[in-house]
Amino acid sequence: MVVPLSETTDTAPPVALPGDGLREQVIDLLRSELGEGLVDTHLIPQTDLWVRVDRSVWRRTAEVLRSAGFDHFCFISAIDWLPSPFGRGEDDPSDPPPERSTEIVQGYAGGETRFQMLARLTDTNRHLGVNIKCDVPTEDVVVDSWVQVFAGANWHERETHEMFGIGFAGHPDLRNMYLPGDFEGYPLRKDFPLLARMVKPWPGIVDVEPMPVADADETSSDETPAVTPDGDQS
Amino acid sequence: MYSLAIEIPYWGQSLLRVLGGLVAVLLPAGTIVYVFLFKMMSFMQSRLGPMEAGPYGSLQLIAEVGKWLQKEDIAPEKADVRIFKMAPIIVLLSTFLLVVVVPFGPDAYFTDFSVGIFYALAVGSVSVIGILVAGWASANKYSLLGGLRAAGQLIAYELPMVLAVVGVVIQAGSMNLQDIVVAQNTGQIFGWGGLGNPYVITQFVGFVIFMIAVQAELTQAPFDMPIAESELVSGYMTEYSGFRFLMFFIGEFATAGVFAFIASVLFLGGWGVPFGWFGWESLDQVSNWMNIGGPLIMFTKMMVLTFIIMWVRFSYPRFREDQLQRFAWKVLIPVSLANIVVTAILKVAF
Amino acid sequence: MTVLSDRQQLSYIAAQAADARLNVELETEGMTLNIGPQHPATHGTLRIIARLDGEQVVWAEPGCGYMHRGYEKLTEVRTFPQVTSLINRIDWLGSFANEVPFILAAEQLMEIEAPPRAQWIRTILFELSRIANVSLFLGDLGVQMGAITPVFLAFRDREYVLNLIEGATGGRFHPNFDRIGGLKEDLPAGWVAETRQVMRKMRQFCDEIEDLLFGNEIFQSRMRGIGVIPADVARQYGLTGANLRASGVDWDLRRDQSLPMAWDKVDFKVWTHPDGDSFARCWVRLQETREATKIVEQLLDTMPAGPVMAKVPRIIKVPEGEAWVSTENPLGEMGYYVVSKGDLGPFRVKIRSASFNNISVVPWVLKGVYVPDIITILASLYFILGDIDR
Repeated sequence: MVVPLSETTDTAPPVALPGDGLREQVIDLLRSELGEGLVDTHLIPQTDLWVRVDRSVWRRTAEVLRSAGFDHFCFISAIDWLPSPFGRGEDDPSDPPPERSTEIVQGYAGGETRFQMLARLTDTNRHLGVNIKCDVPTEDVVVDSWVQVFAGANWHERETHEMFGIGFAGHPDLRNMYLPGDFEGYPLRKDFPLLARMVKPWPGIVDVEPMPVADADETSSDETPAVTPDGDQS
Repeated sequence: MYSLAIEIPYWGQSLLRVLGGLVAVLLPAGTIVYVFLFKMMSFMQSRLGPMEAGPYGSLQLIAEVGKWLQKEDIAPEKADVRIFKMAPIIVLLSTFLLVVVVPFGPDAYFTDFSVGIFYALAVGSVSVIGILVAGWASANKYSLLGGLRAAGQLIAYELPMVLAVVGVVIQAGSMNLQDIVVAQNTGQIFGWGGLGNPYVITQFVGFVIFMIAVQAELTQAPFDMPIAESELVSGYMTEYSGFRFLMFFIGEFATAGVFAFIASVLFLGGWGVPFGWFGWESLDQVSNWMNIGGPLIMFTKMMVLTFIIMWVRFSYPRFREDQLQRFAWKVLIPVSLANIVVTAILKVAF
Repeated sequence: MTVLSDRQQLSYIAAQAADARLNVELETEGMTLNIGPQHPATHGTLRIIARLDGEQVVWAEPGCGYMHRGYEKLTEVRTFPQVTSLINRIDWLGSFANEVPFILAAEQLMEIEAPPRAQWIRTILFELSRIANVSLFLGDLGVQMGAITPVFLAFRDREYVLNLIEGATGGRFHPNFDRIGGLKEDLPAGWVAETRQVMRKMRQFCDEIEDLLFGNEIFQSRMRGIGVIPADVARQYGLTGANLRASGVDWDLRRDQSLPMAWDKVDFKVWTHPDGDSFARCWVRLQETREATKIVEQLLDTMPAGPVMAKVPRIIKVPEGEAWVSTENPLGEMGYYVVSKGDLGPFRVKIRSASFNNISVVPWVLKGVYVPDIITILASLYFILGDIDR
């Protein structure tokens, strides 16, 4: 097993960078294997692929993708799509609390629930990645565990469990990784207040106040305002 | 000390010997720490080392000792306090017991044992008891692991050390260290006596094995698993602070010095110069100035040997415990046994 | 769940059998050793709880979280440009490299691209952080095994690289130099020539370390065949970077994906090693440091002129969308999943740090090893606490 230094080799020559054809193949494969379980897909050409699967096929998706070559586990996490009721902490605490939207708008590949699982698998041979999402209903925040498919999912699911309060059926050991065992609340949920920020707005926030007019005039000539959709900068 | 002993009363002699013993133990320890640990190591690592205390940092040692002496003497709550406090004393004691038999000149020795080397090897292992006791009494898992490792290691390396010495004893025909010195300085290599017969030449294998075993006895890298600071924090010394730690520290370097003394007696001709150079034929004819010159010669040889010990210590990573045991039992002991056999055959043949 | 390699399985079974025999005679009892959170080998505050039988590990479990700073939550209350000052504290030894993927993700959402010169300088600084980071790893290797000299050489030579980073960015550890659309400043005068000199020095340093450590028999006997992670296990646990390549998986994000960075403009070799043991991991890192110096030199030769900042609005609002960008950081794949709602700041940022995955393999790989091997395996997996806990 021990190989002298001179004999080490590259095992695989570099493969051409992936095109969108490969990504469409992945969608086709998932559609044929999961059927109705594949809810939605989103493909940004030359960039990345998102798929959303049903909760019932969450583990099956991992198995299918693993046998299709996506055998490198990247991460598991979750997203809480509820807009933060506390904003970004830039409000003056002495003012009355502003009205905030509570409308939940999901991102790529859509969604119906407040919580969504987010995972990513990579194919190290074809140099391709896929982002997998899965709706988790708020009344029953449990999905199947991936530990049986990817042993490395263990820690990621523990982290997701303590940060979002999402349960993982079949996980051997859902202890907290970071927080004390008797900690209450799930820190990465949007309705968990960032207390330090609530008590005293972060002073750094002044940076984004509009610039003095004279200064803005100098710089606005060479700016491309098309980037921000609502164009409210100076 | 015949010439002196007549004029000095018994208590004076005893006082002289105690002072001599302190000097013989502490002076090498201090010199090794300053020259090698502070300065040589720093130069090897492209830095200067201590520079502030005294010219060129030479008083750093005093500052360090002062610092350690001021610190509180802490014993862990669950430790076996009496034994815990005794352990560093045992370790340091074994160093003093060792230096007793080392001859520094024709008359400059503490005691003239006819089985000196046997005694030295025997009391050399007393420090194991101290280390084991320190590891056990600290009530700390790292200390315990360190103490156990030290015990296993020191016992394993005691054997090759003894076996390496057997070659010297066969060649010298005596276990008395003074006789071994004389035998080397009056000896001849195949009829040529220009250098005497320092056994480092004829017993080279024994010398190498002895030095490796010394390295292991002293728990210096690459054999420093008992203190392995990156895994066991500090091994058996973890819980010690203040002057008890200082005693371990002095013990470590003083023992290095004393073992280097013994190695130079066994292999480098000890305090002597080849007797042929001055026309001496036996110990009685050696002139009295060797009682002053001898210790200086010994000191020089000790510095050369400790330089080697420290050089290895600063450059090598450490073995794993099982690799160390394998090295002792599968390499060193068979080689030293073969060395004894060859020495015995040659001794009979010539 | 765990797939043991044959060697580990056999040694484990043998050890179990020997224990069973001993237990009948001696009634031995295991011991739980708590390594850390304050321990010289844990570079910070990782804690390893190991159940020992003698000196053999029966099971071991890392406990992290002593340094969790909640960056994922904090990013939600920052604006996009402010986030970089947080995230370059994730892997604090290669901090510039942490900023790059986040900035690239924001640029991808805004559909802008940094000008070529900025891309070049970004890549150079990225590789410099890699050199600074990995050279410390190479020195630290010796310390973990009791050889105290290499770490001083590493600190000495890393200083040159840090000086370069400081010269260009003004910060030694936390440059905070990357901006959406480019860089804060252009390079100072004389920097290029100095960099060339330092790259030569760093290659000498690599040779020195190779002589001092990698060629040493004791080092090899401590590293070879220890802590073997087969390729399949490495992929399952999501190991990345040198840890994955040392298991024979040829996967390097610098080469294997197209990003608006300059890596595709240079010629470099991605080293892999078939063994998957501790030695392989260290060796691959050593080779990577050498490659990084060559990448920097090639980039210095071909650096284009021009501005270092694209035209971006003064107040940056990132359009609605999601982006995943990851780069090959010194420790492995570092990626940011950025969700934007068209606001001043991100809606959610998932930080995928390399060490978190790399260390999650520890319970698997530590089974059946000896206590001293815990240290070498941890050292060879190379983690940075901030990168585990974020």
